[in-house]
Amino acid sequence: MSEETKKIEAVTSQEYKYGFVTDIESDTIPPGLNEDVVRLISAKKKEPEFLLEWRLKAFRHWQKMEEPHWAHLNYEPIDYQTSSYYSAPKETKKLNSLDEVDPELLRTYEKLGIPLSEQERLAGVAVDAVFDSVSVATTFKDKLSELGIIFCSFSEAVQNHPDLIKKYLGSVVPPGDNFFAALNSAVFSDGSFVYIPKGVHCPMELSTYFRINAAETGQFERTLIVADEDSTVSYLEGCTAPQRDENQLHAAVVELVSHKGANLKYSTVQNWYPGDKDGKGGIYNFVTKRGIAHENAKISWTQVETGSAITWKYPGVILKGDNSVGEFYSVALTNNHQQADTGTKMIHLGKNTKSTIVSKGISAGKSNNSYRGLVKIGKNAENARNFSQCDSLLIGDTCGAHTFPYIDVHNTTAKLEHEATTSKIGEDQIFYLNQRGISTEDAVSMIVNGYCKTVFRELPMEFAVEAQNLLSLSLEGSVG
Amino acid sequence: MLEIKNLQASIDGKQILNGINLSVGPGEIHAIMGPNGSGKSTLSNVLAGREEYVVTGGEVCYNGENLLELPAEDRARRGIFLAFQYPVEIPGVSNTYFLKTALNEKRKFNGQEEMDAADFLALVKQKMKVVDIDKSLLSRPINEGFSGGEKKKNEIFQMAVLEPSLAILDETDSGLDIDALRVVANGVNSLHNNENSFLVITHYQRLLDYIVPDFVHVLSKGKIVKTGGKELALELEEKGYDWLT
Repeated sequence: MSEETKKIEAVTSQEYKYGFVTDIESDTIPPGLNEDVVRLISAKKKEPEFLLEWRLKAFRHWQKMEEPHWAHLNYEPIDYQTSSYYSAPKETKKLNSLDEVDPELLRTYEKLGIPLSEQERLAGVAVDAVFDSVSVATTFKDKLSELGIIFCSFSEAVQNHPDLIKKYLGSVVPPGDNFFAALNSAVFSDGSFVYIPKGVHCPMELSTYFRINAAETGQFERTLIVADEDSTVSYLEGCTAPQRDENQLHAAVVELVSHKGANLKYSTVQNWYPGDKDGKGGIYNFVTKRGIAHENAKISWTQVETGSAITWKYPGVILKGDNSVGEFYSVALTNNHQQADTGTKMIHLGKNTKSTIVSKGISAGKSNNSYRGLVKIGKNAENARNFSQCDSLLIGDTCGAHTFPYIDVHNTTAKLEHEATTSKIGEDQIFYLNQRGISTEDAVSMIVNGYCKTVFRELPMEFAVEAQNLLSLSLEGSVG
Repeated sequence: MLEIKNLQASIDGKQILNGINLSVGPGEIHAIMGPNGSGKSTLSNVLAGREEYVVTGGEVCYNGENLLELPAEDRARRGIFLAFQYPVEIPGVSNTYFLKTALNEKRKFNGQEEMDAADFLALVKQKMKVVDIDKSLLSRPINEGFSGGEKKKNEIFQMAVLEPSLAILDETDSGLDIDALRVVANGVNSLHNNENSFLVITHYQRLLDYIVPDFVHVLSKGKIVKTGGKELALELEEKGYDWLT
């Protein structure tokens, strides 16, 4: 083993700092999945009839589907009958203010660095927090509602705005879209809902934190964001989970609708528990995220993925309207035994549509990191343009980086550019920084952060700092 | 301040240094000259602590400490600075951010308070004049897209900010035109005082027209074969290295 590899091995083994478990009473239904479970979930949430029907249809569809295995991922088969499909903190009475939230729960969020208190007003971030399956608190609801903005848990939206749910649910990701989306559609428990009225510019970042706490529970959130004509919104989600030896399933669906002239930005800092150094435990993250951009609308995905044992995720944009714009900026870091197969889909349907893809993959330890992206230009998409840049950075010599770009063009006026690079952190770069008094660990973190700069620039200011710290933490132990 | 005794070192199993003896006192400028492959760069890398170079014998004492036991970053924090022959590019990391981190590592080590952004910028402004470096280079990523001359100037600029007690210039003159050479030399001269020392490694005499050494050493086959005053450099320029090796 070379000196460099030894150094590198020593920086990438790091303790997961969000690995604590909150001791809280939960209402968890027994493991297993059948039609009765779907009915039970719907009943527990007092859902209207249309939603139960929707769930059952999805469930029946799912039963006929097979788990997909085309991704560059290796894992033991998932037994869908051993997970519980609903877990909620026991206190289910309606909460009027944060004072009524279980203090243990609030402490959990504090540990995660998410102050739910009104102090958040200063930071200008409205937070919706989803603990296991239920949304516990949404800050700033009043202030937002003055502008007609709806930002609440998905369950609340079902009760209070059923017409909007009925109109948009499944309109971007249909229930039978893929195996995991179908599963989510049948059993989703909660999530966030956002509606920005016509012409409104949402004055603050909207943010949701997802937390899996209970053992052997799957988390299936559903997020739906609708930006009406000429509105703008920026939304951020963050995720963490306790450290557990068994794998936990997370299958979320996110649907974005950006109406004519609207501008919708969705950022993710994903830090689910990645498993230990030997690859034991960790979250299986199978997520379907997609947006539809109407005429002159824009959708921008930015993701920083450092967690999960397995990541299977391709946030995409359907560029339906003329002159619509889609963007995807991604940093995916894998360490130890993590595996990521992630990328995007840009489907150009309208004229003069434009998409940009910037993907930065970083592999360390014994991990595998794949970029998988599709750029499709439909036959009516005159003058469509795409620029893709896919870079891979290797740390050490036991990890893998792979790129699977798919290009499917049906209109000859399209212009596509694709750039790809693969590089290694050079020993000479590390030594250069060492020679200026910077430790090897800080040097690697500095080099990696520099490498990701074009993506971090796209994140909202306060989260860019968080993302940088997260990256440094996730790299700890990869060099030393 | 620097005491090298019978230093031997190898890389990839190949013996390069075969017993170097050298003593550098405070405020002294030593020039190390020698033909290609004589071990000049190996010596600078060994002193800076690059791990691929394996010390196979001898000792190096720096201000009373065994230098060879320290990792590269600890040597740097103690005031050893290497101006690289081939400075690397580090995309996305701004020069200023990097240099502020480096300076604060050193300050922390010396028990000083970390310098904040405002004070640091004031310092940078002052030091920029030393090497006549273009302001736009500072906000750019480290050495990325810099010309050869700009990279070398950047090294001297970093040296000016970090104020090392022992600076090793590894063929800083190579690839420089005469104007850039003068700028680099002026930078070194303006930083030089009676407490800090310089080890100037060079292939050619011309740098020594501008940086006047107290001692000139000729390195050949991993050993110092001759030591003299500044006039030795002129003699080498005239006669070449053959008569010594």
